[in-house]
Amino acid sequence: MMEAKRIIVCDTDKCTGCEICEYICSIIKDKKINWSKSRIRHIRIEPTFDIALSCRKCENPLCIKACPRDAISEQPDGSIKIDKDKCNGCGWCIEACNFGALKLDWDKKVVFACDFCSDLDQPKCVEICPFEALEFTTLDQVGHEAGKKAFKRIIEELS
Amino acid sequence: MKGYAGKFLRVNLSTGEMKTESLSEEWARKFLGGYGFVASTLYNEIPEGTDPLSPENVLCLWTGPVAGTIIPVSSKYIMGALSPATGFIGFGIASGGVGSELKAAGFDGIVISGKAPSPSYLYIQNGHAELRDASNLWGKSTWDTEEMIREELSDDEIRVSSIGPAGELLSCLANVTNDRNRQVGRSGMGAVMGSKNLKAIAIRGTGDVEVANLDELLEFCKDLYKRCRGPATEKYRVYGTPANVLVHNRLGCLPSYNFQKGTFEQAEAVSGETMLATMVKKIVACPACPIACDHINVVKEGPWTGTVASMDYESLELLGPNCGVADLNAITKAVELCDKLGVDTISAGVTISWAMEAYEKGLLTKDDCDGLDLRFGNGEALVEAVERLCLREGKLGQLIADGCARAAEKLGKDSYKFAMVNKKLEWGAYSLRSLQTATLGFATSVRGACYLRSGSYQVDVKGTVDRYHLDKSRGKIVYDGENLYAIIDSLIICKFTRGIYKDNDELAKVIRLVTGFDVSAKEMIKTGERIHNQAKLFNVRFGARREHDYPPPRAFEERMYDDVNDGAIILKEEYDEALSGYYKARRWNKEGIPTKALLEELDLDTSLGV
Repeated sequence: MMEAKRIIVCDTDKCTGCEICEYICSIIKDKKINWSKSRIRHIRIEPTFDIALSCRKCENPLCIKACPRDAISEQPDGSIKIDKDKCNGCGWCIEACNFGALKLDWDKKVVFACDFCSDLDQPKCVEICPFEALEFTTLDQVGHEAGKKAFKRIIEELS
Repeated sequence: MKGYAGKFLRVNLSTGEMKTESLSEEWARKFLGGYGFVASTLYNEIPEGTDPLSPENVLCLWTGPVAGTIIPVSSKYIMGALSPATGFIGFGIASGGVGSELKAAGFDGIVISGKAPSPSYLYIQNGHAELRDASNLWGKSTWDTEEMIREELSDDEIRVSSIGPAGELLSCLANVTNDRNRQVGRSGMGAVMGSKNLKAIAIRGTGDVEVANLDELLEFCKDLYKRCRGPATEKYRVYGTPANVLVHNRLGCLPSYNFQKGTFEQAEAVSGETMLATMVKKIVACPACPIACDHINVVKEGPWTGTVASMDYESLELLGPNCGVADLNAITKAVELCDKLGVDTISAGVTISWAMEAYEKGLLTKDDCDGLDLRFGNGEALVEAVERLCLREGKLGQLIADGCARAAEKLGKDSYKFAMVNKKLEWGAYSLRSLQTATLGFATSVRGACYLRSGSYQVDVKGTVDRYHLDKSRGKIVYDGENLYAIIDSLIICKFTRGIYKDNDELAKVIRLVTGFDVSAKEMIKTGERIHNQAKLFNVRFGARREHDYPPPRAFEERMYDDVNDGAIILKEEYDEALSGYYKARRWNKEGIPTKALLEELDLDTSLGV
């Protein structure tokens, strides 16, 4: 059986919109500070909603389907890989993604996305997030924790 | 030269001419950034006799070397100009994302002169700049202006600094807002923008921000982030700055009823603790901030349901207890109005508390207030008065739109005696008579009535000095604070991070890692002294003398009685002695003018020295 896919989950109550994840991403992946090239994207809906979004490792990735040059492929861990030689920066994958997880590098003219810092134990943004709003976990674990939280609340109310 | 973009934009609004100039390394080493750049730019470019609201005034926006880096809370910028409120140096520092965005767009700053022929906004994108028509934005709130510009340019990530109607109406209290909740608040920079027909500055940058030593900076910042989650910043994280309400009330330094008292009988109702439990919907952070102090209040019931405002101590205190108001819903509404219409909440609070006192003393009638029952504690009247102040509406609005010093000049009848100002700027939310070192620091500050220039209240609050008396040794405390804060304001980093650095050398390390300049802590503090003197020299050019460095008459003439204080007062002779002690520490003469020898030592222009 394949290992369960781990993604970056953002607790929107804890996320403050500090964008440190974006800064850190560009430093780790590109060795420079440039948040516009981050693989994780902070979104704020005024006045009180914040989230940091990156690749969701969809079961049926629309980005792969959308690419007319077959430049995007799925990796064993569920992340996507972009073949820089095949990609011509048309951006259909960006349009296809429901989460805005892909971006176009205007200098290199190719698309890029989160690789979950595959060479590290966990993505660097998750490690450094000062508010512990990010978690590198499986959707199954997210569901389990939600159930646990709900059950705990009921136990507390009953006791 | 790392840390800096190495370029700044010069804009002449009258001719529409724009050009990019390079930032000299010598100047960067001498004045560091932010506050230093503002002080030097204004000194070099604004001649004596300039009218603050004329095209000849120069408005500048600067970042410091750390803007756009990962240093905690480093995304800040400063705007400066000759202040229409004080007639001296005007400036304000705002957080939010404008500073970092400008750096990523390839500029360290913008220097603006002239006046646009019609309402305009400046749009800067990755090294390019253009002036665009703002006639559809004129009259709009700051929040609407941000949204409309993003929509017009189809880019959600544009950062916008804009003025509201108050700036357009040239109110001395007008501020500049960005990211909805962050302001260049004090000294009327919004009016300067308004006088130039400049509604907004919109910025978008996607470039790299280069630093001298990225690897070491990352390691250092990981450690700093941990410290930012520790005890040094806990109060800001949990309750936000309103944590101060109960602390100050216990100390008898929470101004109430226009500074007549230092305690407030309903402090509990407007405390940070109550606010967190009943009003706060979300806690948010500025870019690169691991603290997150910004508490967003949402009104849940009553006539102002749905009102949203970011609530800080100064706003809450001066529009709340200092107006006798204990209704958090009314205070939140008052702050929201100020933010949207573009007025500084500190000056608005102190101006309305002045009007309330005048009303209760019978110097202002109900008719003068257009039918408002402007007694202390009336939350509904507060909200109404704020709106009229912001929009210069009715008799009351006309009277108070430019702050309480000017209102008192118009009203007469000795009402200046309770106009709580210094250099015509309204006092911060710290009681004068029960925090006397603070008072010395506020009154001597170059910006006027300023709690942010030296942190002089800290020794009073911590109890390391007798806060009910002054002596000549206090000058040195203010001097040390000002020199250090000049660096903090020039880098520019958030003052809430001051406690995470172990010593001055760690701050110098920030400069070293970001810029590559080999600066020691001692040299850094000398730079702070240079910057402060540069700002002071600007004020000297505009007539600043000893008489401008005093607190308002109430501090000397009325004893303060409340739950904590039993007749607190500042003795004039003690203040005089402390002021002379401050000038001595600064090596200024008895009128507060720097000596030529000092200016030479600091490598500053000596022509105004004595």
